[in-house]
Order: sequence, then C-alpha cells, then structure tokens
Amino acid sequence: MTQIPSSQASQSVSVRRPFPLSHGTTTLGFIFQGGVIAAADTRASAGGLVACPAVHKITPIHSHLVVTSSGSGADCMLWERILIREIRLYQLRHKRRLSIRGTAKLLSFMLHPFKGTDVCVALTLCGWDKDDSVENLEETLGTTDDCSPSVSKDVLSKTNLQCCSGPKLIYVCSDGARLQGDIFSVGSGSPYAYGVLDGSLRWSLSKEEAISLAREAVFRATHRDAYSGNNVDLFHVTAEGWKQRQREDLKEEYYRDMEKKGKKIDLKMQKLPK
Amino acid sequence: MEYLIGIQGPDYVLVAADNVAASSIIQMKHDYDKMFKLSEKILLLCVGEAGDTVQFAEYIQKNVQLYKMRNGYELSPAAAANFTRKNLADYLRSRTPYHVNLLLAGYDDADGPGLFYMDYLSSLAKAPFAAHGYGAFLTLSILDRYYKPDLTREEAVDLLRKCVEELNKRFILNLHSFNVRLIDKDGIHDMEKLTVGAK
Repeated sequence: MTQIPSSQASQSVSVRRPFPLSHGTTTLGFIFQGGVIAAADTRASAGGLVACPAVHKITPIHSHLVVTSSGSGADCMLWERILIREIRLYQLRHKRRLSIRGTAKLLSFMLHPFKGTDVCVALTLCGWDKDDSVENLEETLGTTDDCSPSVSKDVLSKTNLQCCSGPKLIYVCSDGARLQGDIFSVGSGSPYAYGVLDGSLRWSLSKEEAISLAREAVFRATHRDAYSGNNVDLFHVTAEGWKQRQREDLKEEYYRDMEKKGKKIDLKMQKLPK
Repeated sequence: MEYLIGIQGPDYVLVAADNVAASSIIQMKHDYDKMFKLSEKILLLCVGEAGDTVQFAEYIQKNVQLYKMRNGYELSPAAAANFTRKNLADYLRSRTPYHVNLLLAGYDDADGPGLFYMDYLSSLAKAPFAAHGYGAFLTLSILDRYYKPDLTREEAVDLLRKCVEELNKRFILNLHSFNVRLIDKDGIHDMEKLTVGAK
C-alpha cells in the first residue's frame, strides 16, 4: 500500500511515486528561409533507467503544426491530446483554423490552473500560419503581441499580415511562460544544442544544411547528456505542411563522427616528429 | 536577474527594461519586451515569475481597456496603479498569489507625469525614480546622486545610460540590451534601444 506523506504546501495530498519522473530530453526548433525544423531525441528516462528508447517526442497537431515535448512524458502526451482536441473543436465551431499564436495562448491558459502542481510540460509549437488576411485582422484585434503596440485598424492590418502568416515558433511551458522566437531548445540537453546551433544557424541555410545542423545539434547534446539519446526525429514544416524524415539512429552518426576524427588523428600522427 | 527602471521628469516619464527572457541558466530570448501598453499614455513594466507576469499584466491591460469601452474615457495613471495594486492585494492571500514586480508609468493630462512602484507584496508608492531587480541595488544610489526634479530629456537618458554602464561593469549577469520608452503629453514614444558592448 502506498504511504501518503504530509504535504508542505496547501496543495492536495501527494502520492509517493513508484519511480522518478522522466524529464531528460533534447528537443529543438528553429526557423530559417525554408520553413521550420523541429528535432528531438527519442529517449525516455526514469532516473537512471532508459524507460523507452523509441519515444515520439514530436507530435503533429494538424497539417501545419507540430509540437515538440519535454518534461514529464505522461503529462506531455495528455496535453498534446487535449490540444489536438481543442484545436479541432475550434475549427469545427468557427470554420477556420486557429493561428499558431492563438493555439499557444489557448494552451498557456489551459495550463495555468495547474501552475504550482507537479505538472511538468514544456512544449514548442512549430508551425506555419496560413495567410487569411480578413480573419487574422479580427482575431488579432483582441490579442496583445510582441509587435509594437499600434492602435489604428489600417496600421494593425499591415503589421499583422507580417505578424500572422509564415513560419512560427512558440515555446509554452507549464510555469506559464509563453515565448515567440526564432530558435528554441528545451530539455536537459538544451545547453549543448544551443552551443552548436548558436554558432552555425543562419536564415539563409538550405534545407539540407538546416536538417544536418539540427541533426548534429541533437547528436552533440545526446553525446554529452546522459538523459538524451537513441535516435533523432526530424520534422520540417513549410507552407505545404509538415514532413517527417525517417528516424535516424545516432549510433551511426557517432561512428561517422569518429571516422572523421579518426582520419584527422591519423594526419596529425604523420606530422609528429620522431 | 531582470531589471526595470523609471525616471520621472517635469513633463515626461522615461522607462527602460532589459530584453532577456531566461529559463534557469539559459537565455531563451534576447529581444523580449517587458512593457505592456495599458492605454495611450500608460505603460506597465512587469517582471517576476515566469507565467505570472504575462497573465497578470494582460489581465490588467484588458481591464483598463474595458473601462475605456464602458465609460468612454481612459483611466488615469494613478487610478490604474491603484486598480493594479488592489488586484495584487486580493490575490496575495489566496492560494495563487501573483509573484510580480511592477512599474507603472503614465502621463495624466490633469496631474502630469507619474511613476508608480509596486511589488509582489502589493505595496504602492509614487516615486520620482524607481528600479526593480538585483540591478536596483547597484543603480539606486546613482539615481539618488544625480537625479533632480527638473531633469531634461537628454539628461534623463544620460542618467539612464550611467545606470546601464554601471550594470555592465558590476552586475554578474550579462544584460546587453534595454528597451527604452518615453511617455509625455503626446503619448508613448519608442526610443533607441540601449545596447552595451561586452565588458
């Protein structure tokens, strides 16, 4: 029988967990000229155990939106399903698709009542907003935004056409943070991924370069972070929708990297004087 | 980690906030705007716990706009500040208090410029200059020393620059850019972002 320890906060009674929650992960997303790339590893860890080596951390919500998840695996799965349901309901009720920013705000507001509890969810919404000028105007009149505050309708319509269509990357977390940006990496392996991405990421990358950069960032992070590893999932979102690349085993990437280094080491050995 | 500063002059208020949105040791964004426009001549600068800042500030923002829609005229800065403080106080002893520190800056056509300091314990003070964050420990003495009530706009920007240079010199964290805005009888003006080079 589980013992129920006394809780310190005014929260409801906490139950002793059978194993530590899984938090380790490396996920990343960035925007470039060819759309949005979302990449993640596939390891679910529970303390020191690899609970599952082949998890899907990137989930499509609709044809133009995928979400990368980090934090507690169970919470993420649940909240992704809730988000899919709510977006679909919105689409059926209002006959149009909710924008990515609206989706992020909806998710953030749904997570707010659980702030302070053990819900641990850090999602990055990676998507492409379709260009529906009239609907966007009506919708954004109600929202605050990162764009500079503007009042008159015509100014607003000009700014929001730039604001509201095209690639979007928004980070939402169960603490309540909601950030729109061009590059995000989340999880225990994120500092390592930032190290690789910050140096090489440019707007003008080609699709192949962007994909290989994302793969390398995840690879370097999984190399150093014990709680990330196994395979890498890559999604590419464009105006036509999302496309998933075949899952790649990072073991192969490691051997390729070692070979490259091996060749370099050989050259060095030849140059050393005896 | 975050920094807010406000300086009130004879007919304007100058406010600045850093641009970093951080999550533990990582800077997630370098161009994050911490100022919320409540009305044509009122700005709310908000820092504190991750979700609380945006939730609380947007709540205040929408309510101020609602007041204008219902009554046909805008809330004065003093009224908006007291409304904000009342909301903070109401939530303070609830299960979900908002952990936010605020500066409210505005220009009232009748009373002139006003800068209001509020903190997470819902205290409220109208002050000629104010700052929030660890950076305040370093810069309040600079403001004490050089502030005078009849500061011109250029002098106020210089004073702000002095504060930012001190932060760059002595503050352990790297806050490399600051949003600067000025409020006067003509409304809110965006000023040039203050950036400091590496130490």
